[in-house]
Amino acid sequence: MRAAVVTFPGSNRDVDVIDALIAVSGQRPGIVWHRDVELPDVDLIVLPGGFSYGDYLRSGAMAARSPILREVSARAEAGVAVLGICNGFQILTEVGLLPGVLMANRNLKFVCRDIHLKVERADTPFTGRYEAGQVIRVPVAHHDGNYFSDADTLARIESEGRVAFRYCTPEGHVEDEINPNGSINGIAGVYNEARNVLGLMPHPEDHVDGAQGCSDGRPMFESLIEHLA
Amino acid sequence: MKARVHITLKSGVLDPQGRAVRNALTSLGFDGIDDVRQGKYLELDLTESDAERARAAVESMCARLLANTVIEDYQIELEEA
Repeated sequence: MRAAVVTFPGSNRDVDVIDALIAVSGQRPGIVWHRDVELPDVDLIVLPGGFSYGDYLRSGAMAARSPILREVSARAEAGVAVLGICNGFQILTEVGLLPGVLMANRNLKFVCRDIHLKVERADTPFTGRYEAGQVIRVPVAHHDGNYFSDADTLARIESEGRVAFRYCTPEGHVEDEINPNGSINGIAGVYNEARNVLGLMPHPEDHVDGAQGCSDGRPMFESLIEHLA
Repeated sequence: MKARVHITLKSGVLDPQGRAVRNALTSLGFDGIDDVRQGKYLELDLTESDAERARAAVESMCARLLANTVIEDYQIELEEA
């Protein structure tokens, strides 16, 4: 699997995902700078976490208008897998590859801890190594993770099965009390219509090795390798 | 020409910052505040002197970058420089 990680001024989880890709695939991904206008020939593009452009105007707003995003959009539309984690998810909504928006957390606090996620479906390039309904534990670290969309859009993504993950209890119950940021319907991640683009707020790349206390994020990268190899 | 752009959250979109500001005002003794909605304000100095063209340009700027129309509305005021 050939992968590229796009870095912006203010990215800070780029090294985490580069390390995760090396740990799981044995191959070093290409690193692409936000001012670049071309991407190498890759199977997977990752937009990492961080605070691109200092979250000026809105989280992800400036990065979404950077030169490289035109190329990322073109590749996504051609079917290349695109994974946006945290700030990467915010960028994908701002550029219009994914529906909705990530607003400030409902309690206005930065939330940084492990949470549980329910895997909604296991038939996508990102989740083939999970079971539908499986509960996984991964960290979140964000201030603007409160997923919102208008009622029509929400109804559409729900009916099309485009919710990837929901915040849940360790037993897999989606309840408002454990929702870390106020996201509508407990949504932690969504797919595009073709399911080759995934954005999610939690950080699977930080749980790929037992030494990190948990490796529940590893199957996401194994799924991608299996699907894209 | 100067453009003044007000960006506000659409009605129905939760504004936790506005609510925190209201609570702080109430705790300072300012009574009678039903609601506070927080927004953004931008001033743009434009070289364009034709009001119609200036408005069209700023509309496009709002739609493409300045506002996220999923959750935000915008209002544009123009003023002769």
